[in-house]
Amino acid sequence: MMDGSTVTDLHAEGRARGIPAPIAMLAELTHRCPLSCPYCSNPVELARKERELSTEDWIRVFHEAAELGVLQLHLSGGEPASRRDLVELVKAAREAGLYTNLITSGIGLSERRMAELDEAGLDHIQLSLQGTDAEMADNIGGYKGGFKRKMMVAEWIKASGIPLTLNAVVHRRNLHQLPRAIEMALEMEARRIEVAIVQFHGWAMQNRDALMPTKEQAQEASRIVAEARAALKGRLVLDYVPADYHSDYPKRCMGGWGSSGLNVAPDGEVLPCHAAQTIPSLSFDNVRDRGLADIWYNGSAFNAYRGYEWMQEPCRSCERKTKDFGGCRCQAMALAGDPAATDPVCIKSPLHGELQKRAEAFSGNDAAELIYRGQPA
Amino acid sequence: MSPEDIPVIPRGVRLHEDRVRGSWVLLAPERAIRLDPIGHAILSEIDGSRSFGAITAGLAAKYNAPEEQIAKDAGEFIEGLMNRRILEVA
Ligand code: SF4
Ligand code: SF4
Repeated sequence: MMDGSTVTDLHAEGRARGIPAPIAMLAELTHRCPLSCPYCSNPVELARKERELSTEDWIRVFHEAAELGVLQLHLSGGEPASRRDLVELVKAAREAGLYTNLITSGIGLSERRMAELDEAGLDHIQLSLQGTDAEMADNIGGYKGGFKRKMMVAEWIKASGIPLTLNAVVHRRNLHQLPRAIEMALEMEARRIEVAIVQFHGWAMQNRDALMPTKEQAQEASRIVAEARAALKGRLVLDYVPADYHSDYPKRCMGGWGSSGLNVAPDGEVLPCHAAQTIPSLSFDNVRDRGLADIWYNGSAFNAYRGYEWMQEPCRSCERKTKDFGGCRCQAMALAGDPAATDPVCIKSPLHGELQKRAEAFSGNDAAELIYRGQPA
Repeated sequence: MSPEDIPVIPRGVRLHEDRVRGSWVLLAPERAIRLDPIGHAILSEIDGSRSFGAITAGLAAKYNAPEEQIAKDAGEFIEGLMNRRILEVA
């Protein structure tokens, strides 16, 4: 803590500056993963195992997060089950008072480990789905036998009673399997399914040719989701992330940059969002050096795009800015070369027309091959 | 909701006192629902064995309010949460 201010002081200062406390924290426990999905949102520069935070560090960070006002903790990666201390971390997170969610491919979980996670008080599991059959799933995940194992894990989750969300990432290659994915969620007795059309950050950027859905597919997905929502009301909740390259307006940037959530990378760097490291002008603080509350309220990366002051035209005078916050900063960086620019997905961006043309070209490139994610060195 | 239904808070959903923001929240998969005192009062009565009728009668007595009105408000509140798969009926 700088100059001895307590977390209570920091909260009071934050309130005076109009900065809310964060609701959610994504803890990327490791970048290691047995799968190598070509759309992985991890940074292209992966953190090595030796750089990962220790068990004690993570436990301290969970307590700091609870004190900062975080309610929901997402344990993610890479594959969080690749951490030997996963059960211990879940237990500690619950003791810190956090709602604890595990985001996993299922690989690395055994029946025994599932029972231990259950006992440790795990609140919720999100199981990723790469495809609805072994052929598709193992091809996309780049891991033979992965689908079969995942189906076993789904059975253990069902038997444990831990609530389940199925996370289906869909793209040009597997979008036709979406109706079956929804059926599978019902068979697994999942309470929710998240249908996310692939977002182009991290490793996915180099796979835009191989994965970009066609405009027709994107519309078809929206229709399928809307129908399923109506038909399955009260049985299955559907959350949906549409294909933004084909949209007229960008996705909103969370509840606004630095206003609802934060990310802790495997090496302890604290990021406003999972893709923030793609913005070269930002520098990040580390939980090894600075308290989490101090980083949240005073860290330069968090303050960079808070509020509306940093905006340029057309966002600055746009009435939608309080809704979408100008779209995605990381996408503005990637596509416009300027993190403070209007997200090029937006119809008001001078780059919008060009982007739509490129999206069409990407989605028509059926010869493109998948480029798989690498592993930490 | 009919009086003999028994509402249940399922595994993975829990009431939590949010000390930082000074209020109660209902934590559920991917959701944190801020509760007003009425919502908190209703959820606090759900223990997995009392029926909806017993709960609304109890609340009516406790808050000295017409039971019919309480049953209507609490019923809508619970059904709304059931549609979002946050509460269940035993
Ligand atoms: S101009 Fe900016 S604020 Fe307006 S809709 Fe587009 S991205 Fe959003
Ligand atoms: S900047 Fe982009 S990637 Fe980061 S949270 Fe906002 S919308 Fe998501």
